[in-house]
Amino acid sequence: MPEIVIKTKQLTKKFGDFTAADSITFEVYKGEIFGFLGANGAGKTTAMRMLCGLSRPSSGEATIAGFDVYTETEKIKRNIGYMSQKFSLYEDLTILENIRFFGGIYGLSDREIEEKSQHLIGLLGLGNETKKLVGALPLGWKQKLAFSVAILHDPKIVFLDEPTGGVDPVTRRQFWDLIYEAADRGITVFVTTHYMDEAEYCNRLSMMVDGEIKALDTPSNLKKQFGVASMDEVFYELARGAKRTAD
Amino acid sequence: MKQFFTFVKKEFYHVFRDPKTLLMLFGLPVVQIVLFGFALTNEIKNSKVLIVDYAKDAASQEIITKIGATDEFVLQHQILSHLQIEDEFKTGRARLAIIFPANFQRDLLHQNSTQLQVIADASDPNQANTLTNYINTIVTEYQQSLSEVNGMPYQIRPEIRMLYNPELKGATNFVPGVMALVLMLVCVLMTSVSIVREKELGTMEVLLVSPFNPFMVIIAKAIPYFLLSLVNLSVILVLSITLLEMPFNGSYLLFFAESSLLILTALSLGLLISNSTDSQQTAMLISLMGMLIPTMLLTGFMFPIENMPLPLRVFSNIIPSKWYYLIAKSIMIKGLGFSAIWKETLILLGMTVFLLTVSLKKFKIRLA
Repeated sequence: MPEIVIKTKQLTKKFGDFTAADSITFEVYKGEIFGFLGANGAGKTTAMRMLCGLSRPSSGEATIAGFDVYTETEKIKRNIGYMSQKFSLYEDLTILENIRFFGGIYGLSDREIEEKSQHLIGLLGLGNETKKLVGALPLGWKQKLAFSVAILHDPKIVFLDEPTGGVDPVTRRQFWDLIYEAADRGITVFVTTHYMDEAEYCNRLSMMVDGEIKALDTPSNLKKQFGVASMDEVFYELARGAKRTAD
Repeated sequence: MKQFFTFVKKEFYHVFRDPKTLLMLFGLPVVQIVLFGFALTNEIKNSKVLIVDYAKDAASQEIITKIGATDEFVLQHQILSHLQIEDEFKTGRARLAIIFPANFQRDLLHQNSTQLQVIADASDPNQANTLTNYINTIVTEYQQSLSEVNGMPYQIRPEIRMLYNPELKGATNFVPGVMALVLMLVCVLMTSVSIVREKELGTMEVLLVSPFNPFMVIIAKAIPYFLLSLVNLSVILVLSITLLEMPFNGSYLLFFAESSLLILTALSLGLLISNSTDSQQTAMLISLMGMLIPTMLLTGFMFPIENMPLPLRVFSNIIPSKWYYLIAKSIMIKGLGFSAIWKETLILLGMTVFLLTVSLKKFKIRLA
């Protein structure tokens, strides 16, 4: 039995009488790439924000890396990385300055930061661009850099909120190579998306409709279960019944 | 602590890499000082004055020469009859006329008293008042010099003495006001925009997910603006002392301490604004509209608050810069110490504590 790093039970978030996330229960294993799918407004981001400690659940239980989301948010913060929907580096800082800043606020030592930034720049092939402002880079590179910065402190889990919005499938594929590499190092990846080609890359998927998890399995099992040939069709089958429209 | 300095360093990068921020920070005070100092001044320079001299004697000539020698007046031309004065006023060529009666010097020497008429275009009452005051001073000085030579008491000397501002310099009045305005504007605007920008760009979420203490985010953001505001203040002070010959009679230490307090008030207000909005534009609009206009109107350096209707007078009490203006004037011009301004200081301190408490509370709620 693999180690469980995320465990939720009946996790619910209400805003007034609107239930954004309704009794979510699931487990994520160490080193897994866990996809969190759903249409816009299905509650993906709300669920993820609860797991990161950005938003307090209304009811239910959850532990992240063994820590409770209600009482141990500080410990959770040290063990997770996060990349938000909006591209989240400082555009008026250079690549190196961004790496140093985020390394710095996670409390890495100067030597660690130096080693990691050299490694990272080599890995991304940014050797000649380190003095460039991040704002001048193409979006695909920014996203790759943002992901690398999010796992700079070697977190147990990294949360990616629609990380590849607005880039072409080839760049997306390259981005996923980075995700695979991180997963190989034992980092658990929790990713929300609504691109179905990305869904195929995940080890396991959960499908959210109207704030509830309607399906949870490997991509191939899901296709079998719904008797269809592609994830697209699985998604349509499930999302067709949605009452909420995009927010 | 190292984390904290990493953050402060980042904030300085933001400031120094954004031309708009730099312009706002360092361009604004200079422009304000130059604008208020030279363009919008209450002092009147090179005002054209008409002379109608029916006397044409030594006394009248001497006074005319004295008037012409000042910076304030330019002798427009000497006209022959007082009937022409109104025409000149109507065309706006002159705002002031002086008429010497025929027996000007003779009356002075024999009856120990004489008259001269000063006519001012009072469509701008402030200006007319200032101009006639200038003439008054010149005439008085002349009488005095005459008495000293002859030892004769020719006239009662109307001793005009302008307390604190003997030369009627505008600078003494508006420099503290401009300081209050600039500090309020820069600090409120800069802090609110810089915090809201992090929200807008999505980097705030990343910061909140990191182990970095959210309150430290706020403090780290405030520090660069606090330091830069002090630099700013010094620039204004140096400019106004050298360029505008503004007197500084009080303690510099006390002045900078009180100014730091106003900066804190402004930073807390900026924080409050940034907590109430998610877009940079709204933050900017609230800061500009909500701060600029009340600060300009109700601080007291442009329009005297005592002359305002009661509701405005009451309202002006919640404007922090009003209290700072009183404090700054007392220190700079009157040279007073802390004992004279403790009440104003306490009010400002109270405002700061209130604003800071409210905004930190609000900030905490957003994290839940």
